[in-house]
Amino acid sequence: MSQETTTPLNTQDRGGPAQPILVVNNLKKYFPVRSGLFAREGKFVHAVDNVSFSVAKGKTLGIVGESGCGKSTTAKLIARLINPDSGKMVFDGDGVAEYGGIALKEFRKNLQMVFQDSFASLNPRLTIEQTTAYGPTVHGVSRAQAFAQARSLLQRVGLAPEQFATRYPHELSGGQRQRVNIARALAYQPRLVILDEAVAALDKSVQAQVLNLLQELKSERQLTYLFISHDLHVVHYMSDEVMVMYLGQVVEKGPVERIFSHAAHPYTRALLSAIPSMDPAKRTLKSPLEGDPPNPINPPAGCRFQDRCPLVKDICRSVSPMLAPVGVVYDHTVACHLNLEPPPHE
Amino acid sequence: MWVYILKRLLYALPIALSVTVISFMLVYLAPGDPLNAIAPADAPADVIEALKSAYGLDKPVPVQYGLWVWRAVHGDLGTSIASGRAVLTEVMGAVSNTFMLATIASLMGVSMGCVLGALAGYQRGSLTDKIATTFSVIGVSIPHYWLGLVLTIVFSINLGWLPAMGAGPGGSTEWVWDLEHIRFLVLPAITLCVIPMGIITRTVRALVADMLEQEFVIALRARGLSSVAIFKHIAKNTAPTVLAVTGLQIGYLMGGSILVETVFAWPGTGFLLNTAIFQRDIPLLQGTLLVLCMIFVVLNLLVDILQPLIDPRMGRT
Amino acid sequence: MRDHTQPPQSPQAPQAPQSVGYWRAVLRRLKHEPLAMLSAGVLLVLVISAVFAPWLAPGDPFKASMLKRLMPIGSPGYLLGSDELGRDMLTRLMYGARLSLVMGVVPVFSAFCIGTTLGLFAGYLGGRINMVIMRILDIFYAFPSVLLAVAISGALGPGLSNSLIALTLVFVPQIVRVAESVTTQVRQLDYIEAARMSGANAFSIIRVHVLGSVLGPVFVYATGLLSVSMILASGLSFLGLGVKPPEPEWGLMLNTLRSAIYNKPFVAALPGAFIFLTSIAFNLLADGVRSAMDIKK
Repeated sequence: MSQETTTPLNTQDRGGPAQPILVVNNLKKYFPVRSGLFAREGKFVHAVDNVSFSVAKGKTLGIVGESGCGKSTTAKLIARLINPDSGKMVFDGDGVAEYGGIALKEFRKNLQMVFQDSFASLNPRLTIEQTTAYGPTVHGVSRAQAFAQARSLLQRVGLAPEQFATRYPHELSGGQRQRVNIARALAYQPRLVILDEAVAALDKSVQAQVLNLLQELKSERQLTYLFISHDLHVVHYMSDEVMVMYLGQVVEKGPVERIFSHAAHPYTRALLSAIPSMDPAKRTLKSPLEGDPPNPINPPAGCRFQDRCPLVKDICRSVSPMLAPVGVVYDHTVACHLNLEPPPHE
Repeated sequence: MWVYILKRLLYALPIALSVTVISFMLVYLAPGDPLNAIAPADAPADVIEALKSAYGLDKPVPVQYGLWVWRAVHGDLGTSIASGRAVLTEVMGAVSNTFMLATIASLMGVSMGCVLGALAGYQRGSLTDKIATTFSVIGVSIPHYWLGLVLTIVFSINLGWLPAMGAGPGGSTEWVWDLEHIRFLVLPAITLCVIPMGIITRTVRALVADMLEQEFVIALRARGLSSVAIFKHIAKNTAPTVLAVTGLQIGYLMGGSILVETVFAWPGTGFLLNTAIFQRDIPLLQGTLLVLCMIFVVLNLLVDILQPLIDPRMGRT
Repeated sequence: MRDHTQPPQSPQAPQAPQSVGYWRAVLRRLKHEPLAMLSAGVLLVLVISAVFAPWLAPGDPFKASMLKRLMPIGSPGYLLGSDELGRDMLTRLMYGARLSLVMGVVPVFSAFCIGTTLGLFAGYLGGRINMVIMRILDIFYAFPSVLLAVAISGALGPGLSNSLIALTLVFVPQIVRVAESVTTQVRQLDYIEAARMSGANAFSIIRVHVLGSVLGPVFVYATGLLSVSMILASGLSFLGLGVKPPEPEWGLMLNTLRSAIYNKPFVAALPGAFIFLTSIAFNLLADGVRSAMDIKK
C-alpha cells in the first residue's frame, strides 16, 4: 500500500474489489429537544432519518446539501463519534463493533476523518510532528517508527520536515494546517477517509492545491473518499458519485456527470441552477428556491421538500417518497413522486 | 422564567437535605461517645440510662435524625446542654447579631471596594491604581483575626476610644441602636469589612478596566457623551456582578465570622458555635450548624434567582 | 461557595501552546516582576529558616522559664521577646514557620492532585458520572469554607493531621469545579474528536490531550489558595481546633498570647504579623505567576 515504510498497521483489503467498502442501511439519529422542565417533551430534531447508501472502493462519494441537512451528522455516525439510534453499517463486509465483525479499535485504523476547522482540530500544545505520530502509537507502533513515518508523511503532503516538523499549529497557515490534518489521517493507513468540508475554510488558490494533493493521495494509496461539501464546483471536481441530502434524508444519488447534467429531484435542480456561472448568457435572474427550510423538529408528513417545491402535488403532502431508479438508469436514484425524466440540462 | 426558579428550588432541596444530614452526623464523626458531654464519667448506670433516654440517645441513629428533623421543622431545635435554654432562641438571637454585623461589614466593604476599584480601573497603571491594588491585596491576605487584635490594641487598649469586647455595656446581648452600643460594633465591623473590600476592589477594577477598553465606550465618547454619563453606563454594567458577589459575601461573612467574633466576644453565631464545640453541647452545635448552613443555601439560591433578573444577558437554561 | 479571593469568572482554556519552552518563558517573565521576586525571596528565607530551624534558631522552642515571661522585644538573649511561658519568641517563630508552611502547602497540594483527577474524569466522561460527582460536591459548596473547616475540625478533633484533612476537604470541591469547567470546554474542541478517532482509550486521551490545558488554570487557582489555607489553618489553631500546645504554631501562639495584649502588645501581635507577611508573599507571588502566564507568545 504505502511505499515508504513497512506497514505496521496492517490495514488490508478484506472483501475484494467488488465488495463496497461501506454500506449504510437505514441510519437514524434523532436529537431530543429539551425546552421544558423535563427532558422528554416528545420533540426531536430528525437529524438523520433513514439514510441508506453504499460507497464503492476507490471512488469518491460527494455528499451535498444545505446547512442542517444532516451531512456532518451522517459523517459522525459513520465515524462512530456518535452512536446511531438505529441502522446498520457494514465496512468492507464486516459489521462494526458487532459480534463477528470488526472491533471498534481496529475499525479506527481503517476510517479517518479530516475536519473543517483546521485550527480547532489540532492540539495547540503539540508540535505537528507529535500530532501526526500520536495515532500510530495508539495502535502499537513504536515511537521512533511513528515519528519517522510522521516526518515522511509531512514530506509527502508538502511540508518539509526540516522546517515544519517542530512547529505548532498557530505557526502555520490554514492551508498548511489542513495538510497536517491530512497527514495525520493518513498516518493510520486508512482505507476510507471522510473529508467533512475539509477545504471550505481555505482560500480558493489554496483549495486547488489541497484538492490536487487529495487526488494524488487517493490514487497512490487506493483510498476511498467521502467528500462532504456545500460547494458544488468542488464536489463536481472531486467526486465520482454524488448524493444529495435534504433535511436528514437522501433525495438523490447518482454518478456525478449524470447528476450535474440530468438532475431528477427539484431540489437538486434548484441547487444546480444556483451555481454562479462564468457565462453571461446564463444569468440567474430569480431565486430558484423560495421559502425557508422547514423546521427539522418533527417534520411534516409526506415529502419534506413540499413547502418549497415548485412542482408539488397532493400525493407529496401525504406519502413520503422512497429512493427509486430514474428511468432505466440503475445507478441514478431519486426520492420523488414525480420521478421526472429530466430534460437535458445546459 | 418561573421554570428556572422552580428548577433552582428543586435543585436546592437535596442540598438542604444533605446539609441537615451532615449537620446532624458531624457530631457522631467525633471520637468519643456524645454521652460523655452530658453525664460525668463516674455517674451511676441508671442516671446514665435516664439521661440517654431523655436525650433520645438510646434510639438508633437514623431514628434520632428523623426525630431531630421533625422537631426542627416545627421550630424545636432541642435544649442547650450548657445553658438550659432552647437552642432555637439562642441561635436566633445570635443570628440577628451576626446578620447585623455581616451586613454592615459587607456594605462597608463593598462601598469602599467599589470606590477603590473604580478609581483603580479608571486610572490603570497610575499611582492611584497601585495604592488601590495594595489595599486589595492587603484585604485578601490579612488574617482578619489578627487585624482584630491589632485594632483592639490600638483603639481599645492604647487609645481607649472603643470597647474591646462584647456587644453592649456590661456584656449584654440585647441590641439597641444607640451610640453606646454602636461603639461596640465599630471594631468588629471594620475588621470584617476588609475581606469583601479586598475582593470587590479586585473585581470592580478588572470589570471597569475591561469595560473602558470595549468598543461601545469609545463609541459613546466619540458621540460626545460626558464622562459622568459614561460612568453611569459602566456602573449599570458592573452592577449585576457586584450585587452577586455582595450577596455571596454576606453569606460568607455570616458563616465565616467565627474568628472575628471570637476575638471580640461578639455574641453571634460564630461565637455560639465556638462555645458549642468546646463544651460539646451537641444540640446547640447541630442547631447552629443547621441554621447557618440553611441561611447560606437560601442566600445562594436568592443570588442565583435574582442574577438573571438584574443581568438580562445571562440567558439561563 | 466560590473562593472568596477570586472575582467570579470562569477559567479560560488557554489558547497559547504550553510546551516546555513556554514554562521557561514564564519563568523568564517572572524574573522581571519585582514584587513577585521580592515575595519569592521572603518565602525562601522563611523556608530556609523553617527547614534549618534546629541549627539556626538561638534557643529551644519548648524551654520555658517562669522568670523570663513576656520580656519585651530587644531583650538580650530574647531578640523578639518571650512569650507567656518564658519561651524565646524568635525561636518559636522560626519553628512555627515549619508548621505554618506545611499547613499552607500540604492541603492545597493534596486538593490539587485529588481535585484535578476528579475534575478531569467528571468533565471528560460527562453524563451521569459528571452529575453524580458534581452534585456530591455541591453539598460541600453549601457550607462556607471557614464553617466547613471548623465543623470538620471540630468533629475530628484537634491535631495537625486532622486540620490538614479538614482543609483538604474544603479545597477539593473548589479545585474540582475549576478542573471540570476547563475539561468540559476543552472536550468540545475538534482535536479531542480527532483524538477519539484514534481509537485511544479515555486515559490516554485525557493524559495527552486534555491534561495540559487543564493544569494551567488549576495551577493558577491553587496558588491563590495557598494563603487562604495558611490563614485558615492558623485560624483553626487560634480557635483551639488545630495544632495543640505546646507546639509552636503561629495561630496557636496568637491564641495563647491573647491575654498579653494588655501589657506586651507588640510581642502578642508578632505571630500574626508573620502570618500576614507569609500570606502576602504567597499572594503576590501567585499574582506574578498568573500575569507571567497570561501573556500570549
